[in-house]
Amino acid sequence: MIDDTNAKRWLTGVLLGPTTVWFLFMLVLPLVVVAIFSFGMRSPEGGYVASFTFDQYFNLPSRLAAFKNTLSYAPLGTLASLLIAYPLAYYLAIKVNQKWKLLLLVLVIVPFWTSLLIRTYAWIFLLGGKGIPSLLEFIGIEGVRLINTPFAVIVGIIYGYLPLMVFPIYISLEKLDKRLLEAAADLGCAPARSFFQITLPLSMPGMATGCMLVFILLMGEFLIPAFLGGGKVFFIGNALVDLFLQSRNWPFGSAVAITLVIIMLVTVSLYMRLAMGKSTGQDESLM
Amino acid sequence: MSNNFKDNQPITATKLMEEFRRYQKGSVSRRHFLGVTGLGTAMAVMGAATPSLMPGSAQAAGKLSNKMVLSTWPNYHNPKTLENFTSETGVNIQANVFGSNEEMLAKMQAGGGGVDVIENTNYTFSTYVKLGLLTELDLSRIPNYDASTQNPKFSSASTIDGKIYGVCKNWGTTGIVYNSKKIKSNPKSHKDFFDVTMGAGSGHSILHDYQLTTIGAALCALGYSFNSIDKGELAAAEKLLIEAKPHLFAITSDYQPGLRAGDAWMSICWVGDGKQLNTDLPEMQYFVASDGGELWSDFYSIPVNTPSLDTSYAFINYMMDPKNQSLDAEVHGYPSSDSRVTGMLPESAQNDPILYPAKELFNALEFGAAESLTDPTRAEVMARFKSA
Repeated sequence: MIDDTNAKRWLTGVLLGPTTVWFLFMLVLPLVVVAIFSFGMRSPEGGYVASFTFDQYFNLPSRLAAFKNTLSYAPLGTLASLLIAYPLAYYLAIKVNQKWKLLLLVLVIVPFWTSLLIRTYAWIFLLGGKGIPSLLEFIGIEGVRLINTPFAVIVGIIYGYLPLMVFPIYISLEKLDKRLLEAAADLGCAPARSFFQITLPLSMPGMATGCMLVFILLMGEFLIPAFLGGGKVFFIGNALVDLFLQSRNWPFGSAVAITLVIIMLVTVSLYMRLAMGKSTGQDESLM
Repeated sequence: MSNNFKDNQPITATKLMEEFRRYQKGSVSRRHFLGVTGLGTAMAVMGAATPSLMPGSAQAAGKLSNKMVLSTWPNYHNPKTLENFTSETGVNIQANVFGSNEEMLAKMQAGGGGVDVIENTNYTFSTYVKLGLLTELDLSRIPNYDASTQNPKFSSASTIDGKIYGVCKNWGTTGIVYNSKKIKSNPKSHKDFFDVTMGAGSGHSILHDYQLTTIGAALCALGYSFNSIDKGELAAAEKLLIEAKPHLFAITSDYQPGLRAGDAWMSICWVGDGKQLNTDLPEMQYFVASDGGELWSDFYSIPVNTPSLDTSYAFINYMMDPKNQSLDAEVHGYPSSDSRVTGMLPESAQNDPILYPAKELFNALEFGAAESLTDPTRAEVMARFKSA
């Protein structure tokens, strides 16, 4: 009996071992290094010199615009993705003919087979002067500038992140018990009302998961603003790239990174509390 | 097994984008593009699985490694030169393409090992040497290098405290390119650049995502040195940049697509890009600004932690052969500091007004200084400009 328990413990340890090692060396350790660096100084040639100073944190206001941009574009991009993804997910889960379903789902995934870098780069040409604006000119609408505008950044965000939003919503709608809708209809409930009272609340966990996936990734985004915003829309991700790859100010970069992590932890936990509150009584987990 | 060196290793994202750009502007065929991007990766798997199928003579002698890593810049080699090196020595080349010297330095500083040869720029040497990142070169191991045929104006930057850390690859200017069909005012200086940007050409100018050239351009426009690290002068440059920002098309060092699409009309420009643009689109005019600008030279250097010193020397010696240098120049077009190479180029290339500007313009140019690269105030000015 005792041997049996020990064997089980041993097995649990073996199974969890790789994850623990991974967690310690790939997450905890690097974060500790970043935290230590954030209290250091930049050496004259760039890099890091050991020190204990809060200077880097006092310098954070110099990146205020980047924080503001990230904190406005990330929620905006998430909301836009949600509004576009929901009807698509609804169609895929509920409306579409069974024989097309698989094909359509694959089509949603297909873009993931190519790097986001290349797909975003392609948008430079689509939105550039010889792309959509020249088509618009053809039908008489002239002087439209799309590339290197906030609009282009939002388009890029929606394009890049849509599948991440579609799938969680699709899964939660797919699981939806259709009998509830039939029952509602039998009892004389109008379709719109049954959507808002049954479908929407039951797909809440999917929406919450999708929003979280998109929002968290957007907070670290740097490629889309650099490519489609022409470097004029500046995110925290861009500030970090510059600090590590251009000015080589590791301590300040670390301080910005730590601040971003803290902002994310606060936002995400607030959000989870809110989303959890909305979907009480359900056993589905968020992630 | 393909003879193309690029087919023998997985393509990096940067390189893929380069290929994509070449394909997009039509300088390579679709077949080539698909080959180096998709099929190249597939060949890499086969190549790795069958290394014994491609031994070279020198490698067979056991001196050289079977592959090397080269840190270089976009469009800076003729693929043929690199292929020839591979077929002669058996050493496969993996080219890492960088966007800026800062980025190259950042990777080296972070301990990025495994690189055999880097192609760093004049103003980086004092920093690299101070950080102990470069090997002092033994010129007797580079017999193809001839100090007497080198122009010391370009080749001397790699000598620190009497020790030589690099041999000169190419040199060039940083000027301005503009679309003469769109901009009729015939700009001649950085001051004109900013005037047009905030005037008739509003919304169509590009500044680099690179503090050295962007802040340098603003400093020149104000009549200061390209290299200034004076706080007052930098503040004035920052003011000008932030004033101009709403009028810019973009802040990017990848300026060719915007110019080619007709969205951008003017950009700060490295001479090689200016040459390529002008060749394809004659309305694209490159000039060296009358109020100064940058002169630079690039070198071949060996990192201290090179995996194989023999391979590093073999590659540099190969590239110092004037024949191979001029083969390279057929593609990148940059001038050489080696008179043997210049002599081998066609007459038209020897007197190209884009590559070799008039003396009075040339004399006003400055080499980028080491302090301009590392100065924290310049870094912050750039950061504030970008996030403004």
